[in-house]
Amino acid sequence: MKNTKEFSIIVGGAAGQGSRKAGLIIAKFFNELGYNIFIHEDYQSLIKGGHNFSKIRVSTEEIFCEREKVDFLLALDKKTIDQHEDKLTSDGKVVFNKDKINFDKGIGVNADSIVKETSGLPIMSNTALIGALAKIIGVDFSILEKVLKKEIHKELEKNIEIAKKAYDSVETLVKFESTGNGHKPLLTGNEAIALGAVSAGLEKYIAYPMTPATSILHYLADHKEELNVATMQTEDEISVINMAIGSAFAGKRTMVGSSGGGFALMTEAISLAAMSEVPIVIVNSQRPGPATGVPTYSGQGDLLFTLASGHGDFIRFIICPSDATEAFIWSNKIMNLAWKYQTPAILLVDKELSENTFSFDKDKVQGLKKEEGLMWDGKGEYGRYKNTDNGISPMVFPGENTEVIKVSSYEHDEKGITVEDASSIKLMQDKRLRKFEEMKKEVDSLEAVKTYGKDSSKVIICWGSNKGVCREVGEKLGIKVVQPIVLQPFPIKQMQDALRGAKEVILVESNATAQMENVLNSYGIKVDKKILKYDGRPFTLEELESKIK
Amino acid sequence: MKELETNCVNTWCPGCGNFGILMALKKVVEELVNNGTPREKIVLVSDIGCNSKIVDYINVNSFYSLHGRPIATAEGIKMANPDLKVIVFTGDGGTFNEGASHFIHAARRNADINVFLHNNRLFALTTGQFTAVSPKGLKGKSTPEGNIEEPFNLPELAMTAKASFVARGYSAKVDHLKDLMLKAINHKGFSFLEILQPCPSFFNTLQDYNERAYEAVDNNDSKDKAMALISEWNYNGEGKIPLGVFYKKDRYNYEEAINKDTNDNKVDIDKCLEIHL
Repeated sequence: MKNTKEFSIIVGGAAGQGSRKAGLIIAKFFNELGYNIFIHEDYQSLIKGGHNFSKIRVSTEEIFCEREKVDFLLALDKKTIDQHEDKLTSDGKVVFNKDKINFDKGIGVNADSIVKETSGLPIMSNTALIGALAKIIGVDFSILEKVLKKEIHKELEKNIEIAKKAYDSVETLVKFESTGNGHKPLLTGNEAIALGAVSAGLEKYIAYPMTPATSILHYLADHKEELNVATMQTEDEISVINMAIGSAFAGKRTMVGSSGGGFALMTEAISLAAMSEVPIVIVNSQRPGPATGVPTYSGQGDLLFTLASGHGDFIRFIICPSDATEAFIWSNKIMNLAWKYQTPAILLVDKELSENTFSFDKDKVQGLKKEEGLMWDGKGEYGRYKNTDNGISPMVFPGENTEVIKVSSYEHDEKGITVEDASSIKLMQDKRLRKFEEMKKEVDSLEAVKTYGKDSSKVIICWGSNKGVCREVGEKLGIKVVQPIVLQPFPIKQMQDALRGAKEVILVESNATAQMENVLNSYGIKVDKKILKYDGRPFTLEELESKIK
Repeated sequence: MKELETNCVNTWCPGCGNFGILMALKKVVEELVNNGTPREKIVLVSDIGCNSKIVDYINVNSFYSLHGRPIATAEGIKMANPDLKVIVFTGDGGTFNEGASHFIHAARRNADINVFLHNNRLFALTTGQFTAVSPKGLKGKSTPEGNIEEPFNLPELAMTAKASFVARGYSAKVDHLKDLMLKAINHKGFSFLEILQPCPSFFNTLQDYNERAYEAVDNNDSKDKAMALISEWNYNGEGKIPLGVFYKKDRYNYEEAINKDTNDNKVDIDKCLEIHL
């Protein structure tokens, strides 16, 4: 193999066979050597059987997407070979369990025999395959041992023994040297979202399980000791968000998460948060829809729905990060923004961000912290909805002050008492409109649009997880890439600046109806070419490149 | 307590049962404050409907929530700050039509909130339609030939949902109602207080309740006695209507369990990131 600067591998098997864990362990070898990592997870909505795989790409460069072709196939079952053999490069190799799979090419490992000799459990044949692969790709045994110690908690000694035997049973084909760079944390998008919110003071997370958002709940529940967040699982998404709004009213930073269907159930209360001016952060992690759609795959079909989520006249922050580092940054920012403007705020992501694994750039999140919202100074008479110049009324939390705090879903006066007369209705709507203007100004002060590459006559526009693949294709073909991150309030000035001089605008989206085109058109931005994908799968580098050329 | 008044004009119909409930609530707040609960520690949460206007008419912290959702809102408030006393004012339609799932789950998990249910046995503010608690045969604008559905027996439903405090009061017996409200609030865990309330405009049950409602002796944790009291009235037929505490039993503390080990400000993101190396 010629290129040791970049490497891709598929690790596949039936659900329950441990392919995801095996993939993570292999990725960590490269992490130890200082490579950048990207892992795409593909799995079906079933518990046992079927076919799951992790596609791992490592590189000395920053990477956020997958390649079509892979250098190795680590097959835990025959199906992995059947489905992916055609993706091997010309000198790519299949590494497989010779005791279980009948296959006449590639590198067979006597995984079951090694496990039997060592009196291990059947699942440990994965360890044997990992051990063999480590040797084949020239990973020092010390690194293999170090990673196993970190990742395997049951019967570690036996696993190491098995890995060593398998390691010694094969020859090295290619040698990956250390890049000299340090290793980075490997985070999924959902893990980064959880950590970013915690950095902005998250104290409560409430959810009903729904793929691909569920792992935020799992992660926070599992890391209560380090992160100090109370997690609640409730009867439905309607209770989830109403409880969260109650919790925020009581002064605790609270977040909820779901996917399309569950998010749809929350929309009545998104409107409540807007009217009652209670800050709340909602994560909507998209899957292909409509309806149940395809639970474990990805899409960007909720854009227009999310932009208009909730009945009545109001705006909400909508922010779409693209990788784990951005997810942390914007999860922090959106929580602070929600509390600064006392508003619902939605982090709109997708399964490709939520569940893929990325090398996380810790330097970029230094200094992100909780920023306090506007609290009452104790002077004069308190009104929860005081009619201020910028529309933002100081907060007091119940129990902390002798002032009476009244919040309401009903139209209300400055003290929160119900009103129905024309002038009061207009007064309060005008107060909220002034706040929306402040929200627009805030977006202008943020890096709400990111660009990659130098000005070019062709420009790619993309949002969310597609940024990764677009950025790499853009770099290769010399095309500028424009990524709006904040989608509401829409950063129109920044977009116009980013598109100045563009002759041909190419829109890349993972939905069937080019929903972003709709948004762009409403701000006078014309799209010349659309590249749409709506099969639940991400664009590969080669695929997008061929469509853009 | 003069300062409990707000400047909101009361729009309930003359003779509405809600007046008795508001009167009892004001006495409850006064007693709680006199006995050392700061007024700012009390939070009222309401639904939407005639009953829910009560939060506009009393100067105490409140969250005027969405129709069907005040129980969820209240659970969130209590979970976030267990020092608060959280009281839900809601109606039979909001709680047993729109929001029934929140009721049974809050009872099951024993959230430490108080649900004071104004039961006028129909939707009043929308000008008189049947609810899940209306008697069979009730004529309304959506059922001119009479309601064909069977009503829930509310205390029975609360018992089935594992509520740890179940009681019934009557809006015309204000002092008795006040005592029941205090007992509910002082109970640690989920308290359900059904409050019978005549609706003079659409379903005037005043005379009927005056004749049939009686103050029974409070029961404690005997489920048999609770069910015997509850089965005296089935929401349709004749017979006496018992008032009082039907059931009361201490269960585990939900909010304490949810918040366990989370209140000592020890957030350490770096430690978490190390796990991912």
